Amino acid sequence: MKRVAVIGIGQTKFDEHWSKSLRDLSTEAGSLAVHDAGVNPKEIKALFIGNMSAGRFVSQEHLSSLAADQSGLLPIPATRCEAACASSALAFRQAYMSILSGQHDIVVAAGAEKMTDMRGESASAALMAAADQEWESAMGLTFVGLYALLTQAHMQRFGTTREQLALVSVNNHRNGALNEKAQFPFEITIEQVLKSPMIADPLRLLDCSPITDGAAAVILASEEAAKKFDNHNPIWIEGSGQASDSLALHDRQSLTEMLATKAAVKTAYEQAGMGPKSIDIAEVHDCFSINEILAIEDLGFCRKGEGGSFVEQGRIARNGEMPVNTTGGLKSIGHPVGATGVRQIADLVKQLRGDYGSLQVRGARTGLALNVGGSGATAVVHILRSDG
Amino acid sequence: MSGDIGIVGYGAYVPRYRIAVEEIAKIWGTNPENYKKGLMVEEKSVPDNDEDTVTISVEAGRNALLRAGIDPKKIGALYIGSESHPYVVKPSGTVVAEALGLGTSLMLADMEFACKAGTAAMQCCYGLIKAGEIAYGMAIGADTAQGKPGDALEYTAAAGGAAYILGKEPVAILEGTCSFTTDTSDFWRRDKQDYPMHGARFTGKPAYFRHVISATKNLMDKLSLGVKDFDHFVFHMPNGKFPTAAAKSLGVPMEKLEPSLVVRRMGNCYSGSSLVGLAAVLDMAQPGQRILITSYGSGAGSDSFSFKVTDRMLKVRDSAPKTEHYLKNKKNIDYGTYVKLRGKLRM
Amino acid sequence: MTYKSSVPMFWRLQGSKYRLGGSRCNDCGSIFFPPRDVCPNCRKRSTEEHELKGTGEIVSYTIIRSAPEGFDKYVPYVVAIIKLDEGTNISGQIVGNDTEKIKTGARVRPVFRRMFEDGSAGLIQYGVKWVLD
Repeated sequence: MKRVAVIGIGQTKFDEHWSKSLRDLSTEAGSLAVHDAGVNPKEIKALFIGNMSAGRFVSQEHLSSLAADQSGLLPIPATRCEAACASSALAFRQAYMSILSGQHDIVVAAGAEKMTDMRGESASAALMAAADQEWESAMGLTFVGLYALLTQAHMQRFGTTREQLALVSVNNHRNGALNEKAQFPFEITIEQVLKSPMIADPLRLLDCSPITDGAAAVILASEEAAKKFDNHNPIWIEGSGQASDSLALHDRQSLTEMLATKAAVKTAYEQAGMGPKSIDIAEVHDCFSINEILAIEDLGFCRKGEGGSFVEQGRIARNGEMPVNTTGGLKSIGHPVGATGVRQIADLVKQLRGDYGSLQVRGARTGLALNVGGSGATAVVHILRSDG
Repeated sequence: MSGDIGIVGYGAYVPRYRIAVEEIAKIWGTNPENYKKGLMVEEKSVPDNDEDTVTISVEAGRNALLRAGIDPKKIGALYIGSESHPYVVKPSGTVVAEALGLGTSLMLADMEFACKAGTAAMQCCYGLIKAGEIAYGMAIGADTAQGKPGDALEYTAAAGGAAYILGKEPVAILEGTCSFTTDTSDFWRRDKQDYPMHGARFTGKPAYFRHVISATKNLMDKLSLGVKDFDHFVFHMPNGKFPTAAAKSLGVPMEKLEPSLVVRRMGNCYSGSSLVGLAAVLDMAQPGQRILITSYGSGAGSDSFSFKVTDRMLKVRDSAPKTEHYLKNKKNIDYGTYVKLRGKLRM
Repeated sequence: MTYKSSVPMFWRLQGSKYRLGGSRCNDCGSIFFPPRDVCPNCRKRSTEEHELKGTGEIVSYTIIRSAPEGFDKYVPYVVAIIKLDEGTNISGQIVGNDTEKIKTGARVRPVFRRMFEDGSAGLIQYGVKWVLD
């Protein structure tokens, strides 16, 4: 099969950007990526942008053309992808497949979300559009509530503890403290997590990723086209997998594993000819602390039910045997929902290039990104590798 | 007798929360004994923040259907009487009809006559059945009454309701009914006002007592019956004192009134008051016994009915929760919780 | 205005919202909620209307303390995933203030309550919540 590489990356700081609009953020990320790749914008043949809910957050649809227009990329084909919080992993996968198909040779995949132009309760209600509108949102459920239901089930079945959940946030913040693009670049303690306000039992404020504005973009190129650019070593896409599950949490076959994650990663591992032991670093979807525990189990880094102890033993630390969310995760970096998927890719690429300074995980050659949509109705997995 | 019309199914519903008279008295610095002894009320029912006249009517209606054992679609009319319909324009009845699966062949309108709208609903159903227009009719009296903070009525304004399905082959035959109606302004509420106004002592003799006693006497005359012919009496209960005084005035011995006095444990649920009292009596009355119920609605009027319990009552009585089940299944709350639940805080 | 307050949308769903109207698959016999044209189990397109009883048991639950728009006055409230006796799951609020007695496996039964109010002038939406049995 053809090889496709990521040759450029860009990410805005993730924050509450009172002075930057959605179009400001997406254009900024795109420019950074173009500059990083050293590509001439005229050479980009297509744009794929992930965004969950600009229609609700900023009353703006038709983002595809807006992004292409604002970035000076007209008249290329522009496509918006949506799968709740997995929107930009979808965009990345679509971009990848467009090159594999032979349609294009150089494309940009981006993700952007502007969430702070409305009040928190409204944003919370808008996010619930990623759940079942008629049968979950209508009951007064929130996303914290949905993940709290998953947490209760995991704690009941496997004895996962409150402290183990807290250690996920502690780990991610320890990494994010060194990430200049993070929304919350500081460490937190386990006591702070356990004393933070309860949002939906048993999840507390510091178990939850924040509401954030931000954008990220990457440039993909076919093997042939990639040869023309020498700013960085190309980082190859070795595996790509995606799967769906029931929209409503109550319709899932299991509340203690994410079947979409398992199906997506199986496809990705098979394509890449790899298994969990071949992965050096992972970016997972810690929208809530429980999801990091579910991820490391469902991706095969540890056995089902043992995720809590795996975290407790420090094995996911940057210098641990399976570094996870080495740059801060959604918790510390922030979670502009549609942007997270591509941000994860950009961070993996930077690590695999050997370019991450104080955050560098030495010797990282292979990386895996897991982007989850909603309460697990979509999962997208990508596996990347550097040659040198 | 074949052709007898009466109650085919009945059911009450009382919300779970209670606030004790002491809790209210504590806040306003009054002596709770004045209310407990004077009004003969211990505590009142408080609806949850997601309950209203419609939800209470659905629960009571479900109980009535369980006892009636009929296909809900056979009900040809639904009238709900209340002073706290959730909408000023849009009937409570249509939501209740949809929730109970009554079908579309339904005569329906909401009613209001202070606390007697539920019994007025019963008279309408009775008339339609007697005329042969419908086979079964459902009448509901339900309210989530609001008491003005610091006012005397705050100690008794409560929530609850009862539903009655009328038709043939009854568990209690409706032997006769009559009404006594005048224009007497003892209690009223203008549009857009949160709380009613009342005439204090004027609500007694010229209002409650005149109408309740007149209607009761007229009914007994109409049926050529006397107090001794009735085994149980139910009067509208704004508190425990008024029905007790009315009974005394009519020569009704206390033991014939006792089983109906739900007001002591739940307060006055307005349009549901006498109907919940009637349900409590039906829960224990024996076949062959006769019940007299007289409601009272401010403004003013009283509806009086005579019911005779049949053998069929023993077959259906246990098919749904009894009134006592709701009175017993309670949870007491404090004044702050009460004020929050009743939406009295301006947010 | 949020979609939650759409009058036609709520009206279409009334049978399901008020009486737990779901579907039964003519082919494999499974009962599910809400109604669907395609059976989620055998994937055949042969379903008929079926009202669920509403009784069931708690699978998982949480207490919402930070509510989305429109639900603030109910905070804190319990939301659970309930396994209905017919074999299908549903999300629902548990009311009745017996929070300390709520646990996985507890039996519940349905009650009729207000679900949502579209402000002080808009429509009131009613539906089913649950209490401990």
